[in-house]
Amino acid sequence: MSQLLSTHGLKAWYGDFQALFGIDFEIRPQEIVAIIGANGAGKSTFLKAITGVLSADAESVRFKGQPIGGRRPHRVVADGIAMVPEGRRLFPSLSVEENLRMGAYTKRPGPWTLEKIYGLFPVLKEKRKAPGTALSGGQQQMVAIGRALMSNPELLICDEISLGLAPAVIKEIYVALAEIARNGLTAIVVEQDVYTAQRVSQRLYCFQEGRVSLRGNSSDLTHEQISHAYFGV
Amino acid sequence: MTVWIDAIIQGVLVGGLYALFAMGLSLMFGIMRLVNVAHGDVVILMSFIGLMAVEKLGLQPFTAMAVVVPVALCIGYALQRGILNFTISKDPLPSLIVTFGISIVIQNLLLEFFSADTRAINSGGLESQSIAISDNLAAGVLPLIVFGSAVLLTIGLQWLFGNTSMGRAFRATSDDHGAAALMGINNAHIYALATAIAIGILGIAGIFHGMRTTFAPTDGPAQLIYAFEAVIIGGLGSFWGTLAGGVLLGIAQSIGARLDPGWGVLVGHVMFVAVLLFKPNGFFPKTR
Ligand SMILES: Nc1ncnc2c1ncn2[C@@H]1O[C@H](COP(=O)(O)OP(=O)(O)OP(=O)(O)O)[C@@H](O)[C@H]1O
Ligand SMILES: [Mg+2]
Repeated sequence: MSQLLSTHGLKAWYGDFQALFGIDFEIRPQEIVAIIGANGAGKSTFLKAITGVLSADAESVRFKGQPIGGRRPHRVVADGIAMVPEGRRLFPSLSVEENLRMGAYTKRPGPWTLEKIYGLFPVLKEKRKAPGTALSGGQQQMVAIGRALMSNPELLICDEISLGLAPAVIKEIYVALAEIARNGLTAIVVEQDVYTAQRVSQRLYCFQEGRVSLRGNSSDLTHEQISHAYFGV
Repeated sequence: MTVWIDAIIQGVLVGGLYALFAMGLSLMFGIMRLVNVAHGDVVILMSFIGLMAVEKLGLQPFTAMAVVVPVALCIGYALQRGILNFTISKDPLPSLIVTFGISIVIQNLLLEFFSADTRAINSGGLESQSIAISDNLAAGVLPLIVFGSAVLLTIGLQWLFGNTSMGRAFRATSDDHGAAALMGINNAHIYALATAIAIGILGIAGIFHGMRTTFAPTDGPAQLIYAFEAVIIGGLGSFWGTLAGGVLLGIAQSIGARLDPGWGVLVGHVMFVAVLLFKPNGFFPKTR
């Protein structure tokens, strides 16, 4: 089995509060895997544990066969995992273009350049001198995605990129992701919206109270299975 | 009339020195929200290191800078990476206490090695040279050099921040250090680079200070106050603001001293308090 990333009994805490209770997860190269779950289920916590924002046992996260659990975030990016964080977190005092350039800070070699990002999201080229935070929500999300791509990741992680956006904008963003996916992107997408999650992914995990409550092929899972795993009823 | 023009000229020029003191303070505060209480003592430490370079190595003061600045950069990097990084958190108290401790340590070490005597760096007669502006107005050559250095450093820092990868990393880390880490920035290293630059500037400022006036081991806190006042008056928007803050403080002190020889520093403080009351973000605040 050739996984790109896998977790093995991954646990995470905020101080004394345990948020994850042994997550087993895997993603293969060129796969898009969605994670769904109610508010507070532990989706963002899981991503933070993978990217080193929260500490984890070394062996509980493996990337390309290497134990990387607990590795510091700046090292994890250099290893090839890029994150589009919840709430976008653009740098307000940097222009759009500077935000994108920050993504390339690690100088990882690969196909992504400013021009490629502008090709993917043409509107960003027009606004490249504007402060990142002066854009609409959808455009800001494009900057956040472009910034993550600029690190030439082998694994892209997106935390609720559709949150607060109009349906048409969500569609536009996922069309762009699908376009990148055709060129061999591996991605984990966290989604509140079950239908979007099912549509864009090959496999799907549902989290509930810090545990995996359901996993399977996105197209095989039934509405009943999902709502049971989602709400625990 | 000429008296007041002269007061303003002298004030502007001394303001350049205050700006040199203040730049590192505003840089460290801007990037790390860290107030370095030992900043003034580092100025004096650099004056003494400069004095050693001039007296023991027999260097000219400006050559001494070429030796002292690299030493200062290294001290800054090591200080941040070895000590100050462990004090950075949302709570400002640990860093205040630790830098206050460092301030005391520097003063005591200097007293131990150099005694309480006042010293001066021999500038080879430069301090008495001046350029005539009109019949009864003149500007000292050394103060002009100091001011010119402050302007050049301001341009240099603005350029570094605006146009280089390191500058972008500084601004990004200042905005959101967590998101910056997700971009691959090692916060500990970026903070150490910021402090290296801040202390490196003091390598220049300390030698200029030692050339312009006498100094003693316990003079640091007064320099800290001037630097702090310049930062607050100027606001945290840019290094130009810091330069302007230093100049405004210098002018206030200089005019005060003309009103009454004992009032110089006091009028500076009054202006500082007035700015805090009526323009708490300074004259050039951060705009976004
Ligand atoms: N910084 C924090 N400190 C303490 N507890 C936290 C922190 N962040 C999250 N939690 C708790 O951890 C649990 C999981 O939160 P997490 O943010 O991972 O949920 P989520 O699935 O991403 O939810 P959402 O859909 O709202 O983003 C929740 O009970 C939450 O209250
Ligand atoms: Mg979340």
